[in-house]
Amino acid sequence: MNQSNKTLNNNITKLVNQPYKYGFSTTIEKDILEKGLNEKIIRLLSKKKNEPKFLLDFRLKAYKKWKEMKCPEWAQLKFSEIDYQDIIYYSAPKVKKKLNSLDEVDPELLETFNKLGISLSEQKRLTNVAVDAVFDSVSIATTFKQELAEYGVIFSSISEAVHDYTGLIEKYLGTVVPIGDNYFSALNSAVFTDGSFCYIPKDVICPLDLSTYFRINDEKSGQFERTLIVAEENSQVSYLEGCTAPQYDNNQLHAAIVELIALDNATIKYSTVQNWYSGDQKGQGGVYNFVTKRGLCAGNFSKISWTQVETGSSITWKYPSCLLVGEGAQGEFYSVALTNNYQQADTGTKMIHIGKNTRSRIVSKGISAGNSKNTYRGFVGVNKKAIGARNYSQCDSLLIGNSSNSNTFPFISVQNPTTKIEHEASTSKIGEEQIFYFLQRGISIEKGIELMISGFCREVFTELPLEFASEADRLLSLKLEGSVG
Amino acid sequence: MTLNSPILEIKDLRASINNNEILKNLNLTINRGEIHAIMGPNGSGKSTFSKIIAGHPAYEVLSGDIIFKGASILDLDPEERSHLGIFLAFQYPIEIPGVSNEDFLRLAYNSKQKFLNKPEVDPIEFFTVINEKLKLVNMSSVFLSRNVNEGFSGGEKKRNEILQMILLESELSILDETDSGLDIDALKIISNGINTFMDANKAIILITHYQRLLDYIKPDYVHVMQNGKIIKTGTAELAKELEIKGYEWLS
Repeated sequence: MNQSNKTLNNNITKLVNQPYKYGFSTTIEKDILEKGLNEKIIRLLSKKKNEPKFLLDFRLKAYKKWKEMKCPEWAQLKFSEIDYQDIIYYSAPKVKKKLNSLDEVDPELLETFNKLGISLSEQKRLTNVAVDAVFDSVSIATTFKQELAEYGVIFSSISEAVHDYTGLIEKYLGTVVPIGDNYFSALNSAVFTDGSFCYIPKDVICPLDLSTYFRINDEKSGQFERTLIVAEENSQVSYLEGCTAPQYDNNQLHAAIVELIALDNATIKYSTVQNWYSGDQKGQGGVYNFVTKRGLCAGNFSKISWTQVETGSSITWKYPSCLLVGEGAQGEFYSVALTNNYQQADTGTKMIHIGKNTRSRIVSKGISAGNSKNTYRGFVGVNKKAIGARNYSQCDSLLIGNSSNSNTFPFISVQNPTTKIEHEASTSKIGEEQIFYFLQRGISIEKGIELMISGFCREVFTELPLEFASEADRLLSLKLEGSVG
Repeated sequence: MTLNSPILEIKDLRASINNNEILKNLNLTINRGEIHAIMGPNGSGKSTFSKIIAGHPAYEVLSGDIIFKGASILDLDPEERSHLGIFLAFQYPIEIPGVSNEDFLRLAYNSKQKFLNKPEVDPIEFFTVINEKLKLVNMSSVFLSRNVNEGFSGGEKKRNEILQMILLESELSILDETDSGLDIDALKIISNGINTFMDANKAIILITHYQRLLDYIKPDYVHVMQNGKIIKTGTAELAKELEIKGYEWLS
């Protein structure tokens, strides 16, 4: 490596290696189940949550499936084998008594979420977002529940929904992501502890953005959450998801499932800003993020739109997908994945066209710095019956420095001659000469890179709801701002 | 500020890239109000010379000094040199995808304003500032919304460089082959812009292969660089001589 490359790499290394802001942990009295995964643990977990029989059966069936399955190896990921017996599957802050209102939530917990920038106090209506806060295995608070109920919107933790809306849960749970869909979905189905449930009734446009904030706190526990969103005919909802975790030397496992169901003319917009702890500069620690997200556009002219900003986790394995069944259904996937140090991301989407005149749009932006590996993996499938289906895909990669790696694997399978598919891809590099150009014009390296990154991500950021767009900007600058010179 | 005071003094400068010595004992003094042309065969070190003055990190200064406005700039970062008033118009202006020319120009302008302890301008104020400068290089405001140099023709890229030079009010401008790849009309526009911009407080270094440019911009001195040093200095007449005879008779 010549001197200039060294200089550039040094500058960039300084720049991208901002300390992780959310690395603190909260000391709190916990109610935990012993380590390990077996039928007994699952029964205990189900009993602790006082679940109906159908759910216990669901879990046991999933566990049986999981035991027969193998961890998938097709992704461009390298990681040491996960010891599933060394994980705590249930860890919850100890509840001293039954909570009647938010005021009774442990102040320590409220403080934790305040530190994360999530206000759980309902007085602060300014944010205009209803929040479900999940801490390790359980939901600790859901805001604006009453206000939403006036519109008939159900927004609650999935544990409560299992009791309060048993029929709906039983009807929809596992219908989009079947128990045995993949190794991690089977695991999640067996041991999921909490998550959010949203139900938007017919003809209702949800008055607030709904959001869930996931926080992993415990060093030894995994987080297995489950989110289910059902949008009835002519309804609309925008849902946001945020995640952080403390900084530990070992890896935490996060294996989630998100299922979305949109009926006739319904629209679901699902946005994620994922900032789990990504491990240190040598690749030690960080969250293993294995997530199955899938939306079913069941109704005619229904629409599901995924937007994700993935900046954290040491490993990301995630393909938010759309099954476009209804006539004229639309699926969208907008993604920014930023990897640094030794992070590995293998992410993308699947768009399955089944109904007539279905449309899908994929815009993926991968940014790799340090020694990281960033892979886009996508599948566009057009069924025989999907007459007039159209897809547009755009996959752009941006490399920072000389040691990072970027791959694009687009799979396209078309069984219908009336289909129109467009695919564009590009790879660019923030190179020494570009940076020198900025510097020569008196613009600092931080500002220059920030400008290039924000230009690169613009198409995706404009898809984010306002509250998240600023957070995403902040997050990327946080990762890219630095102490140069 | 007094006229004829040196703005740039290069003293016994030796510099290398990848352990390969490119500049060998280069000496040059440039006063305010002067235009210097540097000519010379390919690979004689002209572009290297311009990048070293601007502080490109790839090059290492082995010995000697670069004095700008009375103080050594060897320890300064490229952006500090820029703030002090050194501008380099690149031979191959780089494309910056995703960044609009307007944002780029405003950021550069505001960085300089900040350095001068002057208030930064917002996009609307900036539009007034930039619109005046655009006229000087005959560019339409459509250029502002396009990405920096992306899809620009050769001539447009060079005009964009001159636009930046004018915008940043640079005191020492080094124009590295700004004339190459230009047709006659574009050459006239650019020369006009440069001549309007030039005054007694500024200095310009023109790096060029062709006498043609010097018909439009009159240099006070012409230097011939070869093998990393200046081997001959003359007036505009020297350029005409070189055009006919080439460089071989000099060495």
